[in-house]
Amino acid sequence: MSNTIKNLTLKIWRQDNPNTQGRFEIHRINEITDEASFLEMLDILNDQLVHEGKEAVVFDHDCREGICGTCSLMINGQAHGPQRGTATCQLHMRKFKDGDEIVIEPWRASAFPIIKDLMVDRSAFDRIIESGGFITSNTGGAPDANLIPIPKTVADAAMDSAECIGCGACVAACPNGAANLFTAAKVAHLNRLPQGQSERYKRAEAMVDTMDEYFGSCTNHGECEAACPKEISIDVIALMNKDYRKAKFANRKDLARD
Amino acid sequence: MTLTQDLLAQNHIQLNSKVPQGSIDEKWDNYKADMKLVNPNNKRKFKVIVVGTGLAGASAAATLAELGYQVDAFTFHDSPRRAHSIAAQGGINAAKNYQGDGDSIYRLFYDTVKGGDFRAREANVHRLAQNSVDIIDQMVAQGVPFAREYGGLLDNRSFGGAQVSRTFYARGQTGQQLLLGAYQQLARQIGLGGVRLFNRTELVDVVVIDGRCAGIVVRDLMTGEVASHSAHAVVLATGGYGNVFFLSTNAMACNVTAAWRAHRRGALFANPCFTQIHPTCIPQSDPSQSKLTLMSESLRNDGRVWVPTNSNETRAAHEIPENERDYYLERLYPSFGNLAPRDISSRAAKRAVDKGLGVGPQKNGVYLDFADAINRLGRDVVAERYGNLFEMYERISGENPYDVPMRIYPATHYTMGGVWVDYELETTIPGLYAAGEANFSDHGANRLGASALMQGLSDGYFVLPYTIGNQLAPMLNKPIPGTDHPEFKRAEEEARQRFNGYLAINGTRSPDTFHRELGKLIWEHCGMERTKEGLETALREIPALYDEFKTDLKVTGDGDSLNQTLEKAGRVEDFFELGMLMCRDALDRNESCGGHFRSEYQTDDGEALRDDDNFCHVSAYEWTGDPMKAHLNVEPLEFETVHLATRSYK
Repeated sequence: MSNTIKNLTLKIWRQDNPNTQGRFEIHRINEITDEASFLEMLDILNDQLVHEGKEAVVFDHDCREGICGTCSLMINGQAHGPQRGTATCQLHMRKFKDGDEIVIEPWRASAFPIIKDLMVDRSAFDRIIESGGFITSNTGGAPDANLIPIPKTVADAAMDSAECIGCGACVAACPNGAANLFTAAKVAHLNRLPQGQSERYKRAEAMVDTMDEYFGSCTNHGECEAACPKEISIDVIALMNKDYRKAKFANRKDLARD
Repeated sequence: MTLTQDLLAQNHIQLNSKVPQGSIDEKWDNYKADMKLVNPNNKRKFKVIVVGTGLAGASAAATLAELGYQVDAFTFHDSPRRAHSIAAQGGINAAKNYQGDGDSIYRLFYDTVKGGDFRAREANVHRLAQNSVDIIDQMVAQGVPFAREYGGLLDNRSFGGAQVSRTFYARGQTGQQLLLGAYQQLARQIGLGGVRLFNRTELVDVVVIDGRCAGIVVRDLMTGEVASHSAHAVVLATGGYGNVFFLSTNAMACNVTAAWRAHRRGALFANPCFTQIHPTCIPQSDPSQSKLTLMSESLRNDGRVWVPTNSNETRAAHEIPENERDYYLERLYPSFGNLAPRDISSRAAKRAVDKGLGVGPQKNGVYLDFADAINRLGRDVVAERYGNLFEMYERISGENPYDVPMRIYPATHYTMGGVWVDYELETTIPGLYAAGEANFSDHGANRLGASALMQGLSDGYFVLPYTIGNQLAPMLNKPIPGTDHPEFKRAEEEARQRFNGYLAINGTRSPDTFHRELGKLIWEHCGMERTKEGLETALREIPALYDEFKTDLKVTGDGDSLNQTLEKAGRVEDFFELGMLMCRDALDRNESCGGHFRSEYQTDDGEALRDDDNFCHVSAYEWTGDPMKAHLNVEPLEFETVHLATRSYK
């Protein structure tokens, strides 16, 4: 049954563009139903702001089902807020209580410059995928889908990391602003599958090198796993490192026989 | 003389579907045998614009670039991977017959024509069924981790409107995995330079010069800058218009603008009243809700739908004895049971709730119960099949579906109507194509579950790359208009004026409040059940609200920087015009078929009553400057292979 939550104080980051200084702005929500989602609370605030002649708070969001990975808020210092395994858009107000102060910030990472208010530019993620996060197979030439049986355990393990929604919470949560969990999730997805073997080492090398151009280094804090709305395990980082090491240092001629 | 013939005589535009000769299973092969080709070295002399990067757009852009065309891809998202195809849960159909249960290309074709209530073009549907088998091969090659049996072969499940298991899936995230597969293929081409990507860029107009699509006008969402792009061909893969209802399962940014702007420049808009209400969504819980969440149709493989038999029921679900429950789908449609098609299941739920049998605090849902499945299969198997959907349900509703039944209710989910296209997916503007949900072609009046992903990928991977080449071949080495052409400049100026206009109104209401009110009107009068009276009311009230929009809109901020309120204003205005056309179409179509249910036209037991003598046609509307006065052109539908029959799932 729905209840009402009263007297919320929102401390929201406002920043006009990438080159200006940002600031916190205080807004009050007198009451809201606990059935509302966190983003619906921002919708209501924005309607109010427009009505008062003020600019609405800019934030990224789209599917509101936790799958598109567009939403991206630091809520009280936690990427996607307090609920484990949950993206901001699936967070509901029943997780908050009367009188709470809620600090809302954009992802903070040097690879994700702030565009405006709570919106950041995550295109560095696309650059990583473009460098090798794919299996080369032009349309038209594929053999029958059942030609290569893939053990269920392998398909399931690949799926576990393929679930990554590319939201960037892992980077935002990492003290170093590293993108190892994002990159490794894709490496693990493709490198675990038989179809991904031909480009296995080339992929690991290209993706890690591109990642290093934009992002900080991993020092095993594990914050990424805790923040991930899909709860992807940091085990994938070990797999990526193993393949990267082989790709970089082993004799390349031997790799084909590995 | 039938109404169809009568209307045909009044066509302004002769709609040539360009369906190839031959029997139904030879048509696509005949087309490919006859089509003109562009030699590999000449392909780079052609530029193709693809707008939208969902399944249809990403697969088309990647494939065209692989072939050697220069491709410019546009998305209003930050990344192509955000497109709403990502949210499809349940699966993708293909006539692989891997289960040996009697499936075939013909049966998938037949099920889709019948599921669409005989309002789709046979030849397109058959091609879709043919392509379905190649799609699965292609997606597995891309690394899509479809569900597998222990022996390593692909697993399948069943979806509504089919009596075979032909649905391939990746947990409850099939759309995500397919889109990521297509996105990765596109990303590879972006990395190789075959595709130039324009992200956070929205189409605001289509430019037609000398009767041919010459390019598009776009607005950079980051800077507000309006600019033009010219090309030899333009593909709109921009999705459906379900957000006209405000509350729907569509993502927040889904909109009709690209299709609508093309319509205003001469592309006919077909069957706008064919919208799909999905039976299994989480019921609305509070008035401020911004969107509805779908619970995959796959849940109906094991979940049983029921309501209490007593409208004054106050007990918790598990306390209600079996003999006081009505498993109405199993009772009414014994041969399909809980897997009756979407339109039929939705209306059955509505009838139950309208009778006061609804469940939940607002009595606005029906139960989808897994207790039997958990007893039969065990909790672990149920968790394996639906675990992530159960978690999603719990996050949103606060209830645990392992312990209490889910509550579900229908919500707008998909739009079968869209831009009219011929067999080549070309619109009535030469050089302009529409693919995926943006076109109208394959699903008739109702789409079967797991067929949207199939159609998006069929169009993008296996249709457009052929048909665009066929059209471009004769244009080799002929100049096309550049963006300095006065038509481009005029369209840019109109777009700038339009956006400045929203800022200048300076009224009192945000675009969202108008959108919410418009959506409510359309849901009430042009939703799951339509009446002449209701539609006439809507056609009075929508223009009045639209007038208010034009005088009382308030958009804060400016037009020279990122402004989400301004973006929304443009989208809402296009929804207003589309909404009028939808109601007009629903009012003109004096029959019930698929998702279009007019209460005046029903059988004694409340099923849709088609009128094949007068409405066996596609209604394609032509822009005349006023959506209330759009000119109706018809394309008669001929059923040569599947004979017109009453659609029964009993």
